[in-house]
Amino acid sequence: MDIHEYQAKELLARHGIHVPRGGLAYSPEQATYRAREIGGGKWVLKAQVHSGARGKAGGIKLCANDDEISNAAEAMLGRKLVTQQTGPRGKLISRLYLEEAVDIAQELYVGFVLDRKEERVMIVASAAGGMEIEDIVERAPDSIIRTTVDPGVGMQRFQAREIAFGLGLDQNLIGKATETIFSCYQVFRDYDASMLEINPLVVTRDSNLVALDAKMSFDENALFRRPEISELRDKSQEDPRETFASDRGLSYVGLDGNIGCIINGAGLAMATMDMIKIAGGEPANFLDIGGGASPERVAKSFRAVLGDKNVETILVNIFAGINRCDWVAEGVVKAIREVGVNVPLVVRLAGTKVEEGRRILADSGEPVIVAETLAEAAEKAVAAWRAATKTKAN
Amino acid sequence: MAILLNRNTRVIVQGFTGKIGSFHAEDMKRYGTKLVGGVTPGKGGQTHLGLPIFNTVKGAVRETRAEASIVFVPPPFAADSIMEAADAGIKLCVCITDGIPSQDMMQVKRYMLRYRFEDRMRLIGPNCAGVITPGQALMGIMPGNIYLPGRVGIVGRSGTLGYEAASQMKALGIGVSTSVGIGGDPINGSSFKDMLKLFEQDDDTDAVVMIGEIGGPQEAEAAIWARDNMRKPLIAYIAGLSAPKGRRMGHAGAIISAFGESAQEKVEILKEAGVVIVPTPSSFGEVVAETLSRTKKAA
Repeated sequence: MDIHEYQAKELLARHGIHVPRGGLAYSPEQATYRAREIGGGKWVLKAQVHSGARGKAGGIKLCANDDEISNAAEAMLGRKLVTQQTGPRGKLISRLYLEEAVDIAQELYVGFVLDRKEERVMIVASAAGGMEIEDIVERAPDSIIRTTVDPGVGMQRFQAREIAFGLGLDQNLIGKATETIFSCYQVFRDYDASMLEINPLVVTRDSNLVALDAKMSFDENALFRRPEISELRDKSQEDPRETFASDRGLSYVGLDGNIGCIINGAGLAMATMDMIKIAGGEPANFLDIGGGASPERVAKSFRAVLGDKNVETILVNIFAGINRCDWVAEGVVKAIREVGVNVPLVVRLAGTKVEEGRRILADSGEPVIVAETLAEAAEKAVAAWRAATKTKAN
Repeated sequence: MAILLNRNTRVIVQGFTGKIGSFHAEDMKRYGTKLVGGVTPGKGGQTHLGLPIFNTVKGAVRETRAEASIVFVPPPFAADSIMEAADAGIKLCVCITDGIPSQDMMQVKRYMLRYRFEDRMRLIGPNCAGVITPGQALMGIMPGNIYLPGRVGIVGRSGTLGYEAASQMKALGIGVSTSVGIGGDPINGSSFKDMLKLFEQDDDTDAVVMIGEIGGPQEAEAAIWARDNMRKPLIAYIAGLSAPKGRRMGHAGAIISAFGESAQEKVEILKEAGVVIVPTPSSFGEVVAETLSRTKKAA
């Protein structure tokens, strides 16, 4: 789960990391009021969306007076910010963050991630901050410092100190940098983060160390023990299709195709989507209905998939292990009758109680296209989708 | 004797009396697994499904001489249960639980290192379907009837996609020596490489099917190990051809976040290492059949 920059900065500030003075605004008036509160003569207005690369997309503006703040705020609020990371749909700007402008002497990069190879938290730092980490890797690979933390004892101060010296900082900044890096690790660990990136961490002209930007993501499996983090969720930044599904306990990822998928198991779901692609179609979504597929759960899945107006055909593929095909079939029939399925529907059932499941579908009298194998299911779904779009065009 | 598990392996269930634990314990028993008891703290001394319940794993090991444990404990307590098994001298632990925090798993892996290599527990999972040695024993949640006993090993992240592969093989009369689900989490107990090492040494396995997916370095690592060390044919499929970058596809681990983690890139790495590629998820059966007949001819 991602959070906003201002939320991440609040967490960091609470643990002693310096951030610029700033305030949240939902309107141009609030933004100018924040400027009075903060004081000074130069401010930065930043769109709060769950994405990096906001500057290039027009989501960050330097302002010198009320008019500039007000105009910039007016232009941003209610708009969708499209960055390199958001995809063409973009993300809605409904919150702004106004900060004092900072006099920058040097920009650094500090990031914390879960390293899957070492199976530990890895700290990545570079003196070439200010650009995306991918660009640092490409353009200044020698500047990158990497260290991993032993989960048994946690990060040690010497590790933070080594990074501080490695960044080539002035002697009088080593202590501050060590504490900053050490505190970042503690925030990462104490809140079960999966990613924390401060880019840039800046050295100011008056020799301070300030987190000018902050990005954080959290381990969704650990939210049960981090209620204060769960509260920071902003549904306006999510795909509404995904919010609908996740509120109903379904694992769903929205894509841009036309064939809606309802499948059990993440691996089989990905494989079925691959098969659709190989057969010449494009999947509209990833959806894993999970282990216990009750008829109600199947009906919910249909609602989630049909909530996407681009869906022109549905493919259900269930390999029942703990599941039972007869229950799934009942769910399919129930969904057709209660939810109303007005697009072609292809169903492939396999595993436990498959004969019973197929019989329920056949006896229902509903227009379900039945497939026996994975390949057949994908081919039939693509064929049905082609036929349906042709009829529509005529 | 296949790998990890056979009909003589003495198994206990952690989270024995819960709804899910009970359901699968019965299923495993029916399949032929030598189930010798279970652990539910606070219910020690009682019986469940005709088997003794213990308060601690140590108690269960002492009384039953259990060597293996399967964990159905809910996510907040699962890491603790795995470490308890490791400390009690369990040799093989299969954790089915889905949703364990990454930091808990980091600690589990670190904790297991405190034991000497010979005494160290082997962990399979979490968030996996478990282990089955067809015709002998089941330590997992897979439907036993889709596996034919035989001589091809299967190792995969996903449960249901593994069923798909096994049932395609069964349809062509090809059986399985052991099938292992290593799970869909970013940090897991055993890697693809760990399982390939066991299959390579197993006299009952002639070839191995590896079912990978997007995200993480494990498939590439396994391919490179296989290129340098494996004499048995390795056949692989990677799911997630249509997955976009940066989006988590169900499994916490199925996310493309670095170079070499997309399905296309992984397939290239595997091909270069000489692994036989299953091009589509509907061709597991035929590719395995072809590979086996080619190897037989060569021999």
